[in-house]
Amino acid sequence: MSIELTAIRKTFGEFVALERIDLKIKTGELVALLGLSGSGKTTLLRIIAGLETPDTGSVRFHGENAAAMSVRDRRVGFVFQHYALFRHMTVFQNVAFGLRVRPRRERLPEQKIAARVHELLALVQLDFLADRYPSQLSGGQRQRVALARTLAVEPSVLLLDEPFGSLDAKVRQELRQWLKRLHQQLHVTSVFVTHDQDEALELANRVVILNAGRIEQIGTPEEVYHHPANAFVYNFLGSVNLFHGRIENGRVFLGDTALEVDVTHQHAHPANGRAVLYVRPHLLEIDHAPLGDKSFRATVKSVNPAGPQVKVELVAQWGDPLQVEINHERYRALRIEPGSEVFVRPKESRAFIYQI
Amino acid sequence: MLENFGWLGTRDHRAPRPAGADPPLVQFALTAAALGFLGLFLFLPVVAVFAKALEKGLGAYLAAISSEEALAAIRLTLVTAAIAVPLNVAFGVAAAWAITRFDFRGKQALTALIDLPFSVSPVISGMLFVLLLGVRTPIGGFLAGHGARIIFAEPGIVLATIFVTFPIAARELIPVMQASGRDEEEAAAVLGARGWQTFFRVTLPNVKWGVLYGTVLTSARAMGEFGAVSVVSGHIRGLTNTMPLYVEILYNDYQFAPAFAVASLLTLLSLASLVLKHLLAGRIESAAPQEQAKSGARMAA
Repeated sequence: MSIELTAIRKTFGEFVALERIDLKIKTGELVALLGLSGSGKTTLLRIIAGLETPDTGSVRFHGENAAAMSVRDRRVGFVFQHYALFRHMTVFQNVAFGLRVRPRRERLPEQKIAARVHELLALVQLDFLADRYPSQLSGGQRQRVALARTLAVEPSVLLLDEPFGSLDAKVRQELRQWLKRLHQQLHVTSVFVTHDQDEALELANRVVILNAGRIEQIGTPEEVYHHPANAFVYNFLGSVNLFHGRIENGRVFLGDTALEVDVTHQHAHPANGRAVLYVRPHLLEIDHAPLGDKSFRATVKSVNPAGPQVKVELVAQWGDPLQVEINHERYRALRIEPGSEVFVRPKESRAFIYQI
Repeated sequence: MLENFGWLGTRDHRAPRPAGADPPLVQFALTAAALGFLGLFLFLPVVAVFAKALEKGLGAYLAAISSEEALAAIRLTLVTAAIAVPLNVAFGVAAAWAITRFDFRGKQALTALIDLPFSVSPVISGMLFVLLLGVRTPIGGFLAGHGARIIFAEPGIVLATIFVTFPIAARELIPVMQASGRDEEEAAAVLGARGWQTFFRVTLPNVKWGVLYGTVLTSARAMGEFGAVSVVSGHIRGLTNTMPLYVEILYNDYQFAPAFAVASLLTLLSLASLVLKHLLAGRIESAAPQEQAKSGARMAA
């Protein structure tokens, strides 16, 4: 089922939670709503579910206005951040709930309900826990029960609020893969909320980046990561170095250093003037000798070789701190240590310019 | 109040004293003071009631509580409670539901009004009913003209009891409903449950211990209420006397043993409520949500 949101606005008292939200979600897509807490992503998810009513704007399911549809009639599946399992019911009863509350003429006979519940519990690999209560389960198990309960009613849209938010890193990684497979298997239109950029970039077909109640960018993970629409998105997705420089006749200067960077990202012909340059740590290069006039001088402050990349903290010649990531091979060749005087330059022409 | 002292005596005195703990002498003195106070003001009177009630032997005791007037008082007390308690528990559930789940105009006023009977002296509550529904008032006169006597009759006693006990269940349930949160109800709604299904299958089971707790407290107060009931009853023996009123009459007639015999029934009732209350309070705590529902966070996230 496709979802179309038009000009959604939502306020809570004085607080504007969402402003001018336009979003189209195609059938079968897996979309991530990514943003910091307070960005309005959960509110947006709840509006799609019908748990909140927007002040203005419309929600359409398959072209049909959903305003008149109650939560019950929307046939959405919603997995709550804290799972909201019925704590006085067993796992089995939790999963069966959606099937048992159906009107009598649509309700399956009890045997078929039982069969369906066991089938779903098998899908989430929890059949052996059918008689337990939610309080006896681990976080990851509760999460999977919540998913099974939601899938039981065969929703046409699956909405997940911070699905892995309160799980530890290892379980989170496993469940991510599992959810991805599940989506490929069931192909149900899915929207999930997350504040974790890795999660969004890894799982989603498309990522919607929200900030302070507005959409900053919508795109595939590749697009938003490599072609951020604005400074916020660049800053938000991964760590980044900020350089205050200026633009003169299409060339970027940091102090006296002219940098060879592609400045066409935001404007085809940037005007002369001050600018902020955003460069990711792995797109900077370190060397002992100056690389023409395209590099600048910096002093190594600290080196952290733990991890897949070596993280080097430096201070640029004009006093700003910066971070560079190099691979271990390069690190061994360079033999740098705190106090080393080095030269830094952007490796590729991919940087982001923000004109002040 | 007894339950708060359950830990006394369980501490192992040989264990090293944790840093910042009071010296043993202070601990002992405080414990002794608390227990002594408790014994003097709670335990002793209870023992005295039973001692006095059984003063003239078991036969006299049984005769006192099975006299015609005593049985009438017991019957009236139970009937009053049987009407007032279900009504007030139903009201409590409805009020707690409305206050914790909806935002509406006058919510503050409703919350304040629920407490009104607590802040008004029961005697005054009783007088309000007399002023409003007495035979000489327009409403009371009209009703009396149609054969419905309210004041100095059973309906007045029931009304006064309802008025005095109506905050209790609501007061107990509001925090319980707040703590149990809205998430499960929302989950039920997206799974296709109708309002009444959500209420009976999710909301009510989650607060059932709170409902029972409220019922116990309301019953205890409904059966023990004196002030308001005294004003509206008219003390007609065998007709409008509840147990507390009957105890007073016997006492004023210098019939101490029968007075204490009936009083001992009320005391047993309070002790039973105390035990039930203690058991239920434990249940409510263990039934609290596994994940602390992050209230208000849905607005922020």
